[in-house]
Amino acid sequence: MPDHEQPALSVSIWRGGQVGGFEEFSVPGRSNQTVLDVVTYVQRNLDPTLSYRFACRVGMCGSCAMTVNGRPRWTCRTHVSKVLHQGKLEIAPLSNLRVIKDLATDMLPFFNKWQNAKGAFEPSKTRQDPIEPIRPDEPRRVAADAGIECINCGVCYAACDTVRWNEDYLGPAALNRAWTLANDQRDAGQASRLQAIASGGGCHACHSHQSCQEFCPQTLNPTASIASLKRLAAKAYLRGELES
Amino acid sequence: MSVKLYIWQRGTAALMVPLVAIHLAVMFYATRQGLSAADILGRTRGSLVWVSFYGAFVIAAAIHAAIGVRTILVEWLSLRDPTVRILSSIFGVVLLALGARAVFAVVFA
Repeated sequence: MPDHEQPALSVSIWRGGQVGGFEEFSVPGRSNQTVLDVVTYVQRNLDPTLSYRFACRVGMCGSCAMTVNGRPRWTCRTHVSKVLHQGKLEIAPLSNLRVIKDLATDMLPFFNKWQNAKGAFEPSKTRQDPIEPIRPDEPRRVAADAGIECINCGVCYAACDTVRWNEDYLGPAALNRAWTLANDQRDAGQASRLQAIASGGGCHACHSHQSCQEFCPQTLNPTASIASLKRLAAKAYLRGELES
Repeated sequence: MSVKLYIWQRGTAALMVPLVAIHLAVMFYATRQGLSAADILGRTRGSLVWVSFYGAFVIAAAIHAAIGVRTILVEWLSLRDPTVRILSSIFGVVLLALGARAVFAVVFA
């Protein structure tokens, strides 16, 4: 056995759609092997009908998130050695999203909620206007920077209890995005964004369980962003700037 | 939960923090001093202070609990408006009625 080869892994992978079951595979163990490597091995060598998503393989695109041994993770940056439990690996699609097939989920509700939370930048200037200088140490810029590195992987959405219980809830990623834009002084859509995140299913539905910040692969803290949105919306409401 | 319900729930919670503390202190005082029901009623009957104190307590608790129950109905039973609004309002009114009855009994009866 070459020294980079480890004992074979016992891998259970979800097969089917919303209804389905786990199928067992034996995959050669390797040193420095990621969970995505394992899934790719199965698809290329054992069962070409296995469906899953990936693109960049380096933790930038956010497309390969899956549930690994019960926890949502980005599989391309998750080493098997870190998550192996008693020599076994269970790989399932992300929770809180409809399963299309095997490990691929329908991300449409996740991205629709980004739209509903007004997660798109609305420019306040034209290309003829001069570029607005924003100092990196301005408090609002610092607050935006703290949440800006989201890669839309859906891990926080899959980890969130409130998303599971309340289908109207916008979710941690969309609200974190709204908070970063709320701190962007160039953005012209603040009033409609504040109204969107202050309505039913908005930031005030969050129970602050903090699963989002526990599992975020980018080590962001959406719970803190949501708490800040709660304060922002509450102050605006008390000033009479929001409809209830 | 909308921002309006959030403000009402947090506001009533903030109001109840000192009310609960005083309520507990009064309970400890009454039991430590060995006050009888007659002693207690003798102090509460016709008292503007106690009717104001427990009246505010009952109103705050009814609002706070009704909003909390509304969230539970949404998350556990997947109910939506108007059903959830009606059910949680009924719960709040029942709490208010029970609490008002108790306040009436110790202050006016």
